[in-house]
Amino acid sequence: MSNYAPPSSAMQSVLSLFSIRSMAKLGIGPLIAAAVLTMIVIVTLLSPWLAPYDPLAMQTMNRLQGPSAEHLLGTDPFGRDLYSRVLIGGRVSLLIGIGAAVVSVFIGLIIGLIAGFFRLADTIIMRIMDSLMAIPSILLAIALVALNGPSITSVIMAITIPEIPRVVRLVRSVVLTAREEPYVEAAIALGSSMPKVLFQHLMPNTMAPLIVQGTYILASAILTEAILSFLGAGVSTEIPTWGNIMAEGRQYFRIKPELILWPGLMLSLCILAINLLGDTARDLLDPRLKKRGD
Amino acid sequence: MLGYLIRRVLAIIPVMLIVAIFVFLLLRLTPGDPAAVIAGDMATPQQLERIREAMGLNLPIHIQFITWMGSLLQGDLGVSLISGTPVTTMVYQRMFPTINIALLTIAIAVAIAVPMGVLAAWRHRSWVDYAVMSFSVLGFSVPVFVIGYLFILVFSITFGWLPVQGYAAPAERGFGEFLYRAILPALTLATIYIALIARMTRASMLEVLGEDYIRTARAKGVKESRVLFRHALRNAAVPILTVIGTGFALLISGVVVTESVFNIPGVGRLTVDAILARDYPVIQAMILITSGVYVLVNLIIDISYTIFDPRIRY
Repeated sequence: MSNYAPPSSAMQSVLSLFSIRSMAKLGIGPLIAAAVLTMIVIVTLLSPWLAPYDPLAMQTMNRLQGPSAEHLLGTDPFGRDLYSRVLIGGRVSLLIGIGAAVVSVFIGLIIGLIAGFFRLADTIIMRIMDSLMAIPSILLAIALVALNGPSITSVIMAITIPEIPRVVRLVRSVVLTAREEPYVEAAIALGSSMPKVLFQHLMPNTMAPLIVQGTYILASAILTEAILSFLGAGVSTEIPTWGNIMAEGRQYFRIKPELILWPGLMLSLCILAINLLGDTARDLLDPRLKKRGD
Repeated sequence: MLGYLIRRVLAIIPVMLIVAIFVFLLLRLTPGDPAAVIAGDMATPQQLERIREAMGLNLPIHIQFITWMGSLLQGDLGVSLISGTPVTTMVYQRMFPTINIALLTIAIAVAIAVPMGVLAAWRHRSWVDYAVMSFSVLGFSVPVFVIGYLFILVFSITFGWLPVQGYAAPAERGFGEFLYRAILPALTLATIYIALIARMTRASMLEVLGEDYIRTARAKGVKESRVLFRHALRNAAVPILTVIGTGFALLISGVVVTESVFNIPGVGRLTVDAILARDYPVIQAMILITSGVYVLVNLIIDISYTIFDPRIRY
């Protein structure tokens, strides 16, 4: 049976992402993006040790102070240290983003494999997915959080559900082409079990596009989390996230715009770096797209 | 053509039906008593009973669905749980600011993005191209409310050129006043849209500019601007139109956020306020309406392909 194993080119191209030669070809842009993102991740992961103050400790005497030696970025309306809050805030934002991206890719992959493989399920699943895509994702997400409560799990779920159809579409289209390949037909003809065909022969083909799509979903999930918090429909306001810090800063924007600008800058840098890495991964994994002009 | 039109219009029905079922189930499938979810933690038993009564939650679920769909098809979107006003009236009162700003946004976005994309493709791999591409990546990455506050900081607070917040109806206070107040929200909303359209215009133009008929047009001495905008852009139009349609979803999300940033009394604010107050009839109606508008916009764009590319015949 091993004669009919799928070509491992998909996996190889994924691995080639990490080879030194391909890194050198890319130039400086993606390297900077990777460096910035790594730094943000390390700093937010280590934030409990790096933050000079407890991000929740209120010092009402020191409300809305400007930057000083003690408070690097000043303080917020409750006298809490903005620098510590921005550092710690990134942790929850990134956690929710990564959680939502992983869950939506996983669920979308399973549904997409089924839709691409079984004709009957395809019609039904794709109708549902098309309808789900017609619902504006932000509205759906805030409605879901409002109904399920502002916990971290419920926010991850609310971001995940609108993203799933995009993954399903992608996986389904890859499976539809791959299932016509001789090695898949051979595997079916030789009596391979259905799960084996799905997961061993078809699934590897979806890996490269899924990595690219997953990066974009990660960026969009972090963004959605911020928008949810900003609109007051995110995780509980007691948890500092970039979105929550900005939401609290809205009222004080005229007096102290830094309350929105600093978390906003971190958020934008983070999303920018992820998007750039996604573009790089796409160019590396799908050379056809690159030739077309990008 | 007519056959295609009919099929394309009919295809909307199952999509909208599934959206309706989904919206209907959204509340009913939430763990716990839906009336309690709507009323919040502080509700008294009387309040819960009143909500159940108002939304028919004490009836069997299939009866609820049939009654709801029945009134929906008659154009009755229900009554707000908080103000008691019919939802249709609320939407009617709030829709003009949103529509006006959305139209202004699309006009600004297309007017800026298409020339940007054309220019980038025309001067491929020059600094113009790189500038356009960098702007496009940036536009995707900076959240819409951060852009909004940056604009407020620069144009309203630092220079004092434009008002911080508010809205003026063009019918009541004149188009100039409307523009004066709507330009910042529209620019904010347009940023991501410009990024999207410019990127697609560039990619689509790059493909077309390599074609033989472009070389022919240049060889016979057609003016370069005419080559770009008449010969090339028209053939590059279909993917650009498609992206304007799919980007409409971004516009809807953006409206929700931008109206909150700039304090505009439109449907975006209406929706956010309804969701935060758990005014469920309004939430249901708004999700249905926005999905309907999205589907409709994409229908119109699908049909308009034939105008821009006569080769497409259905």
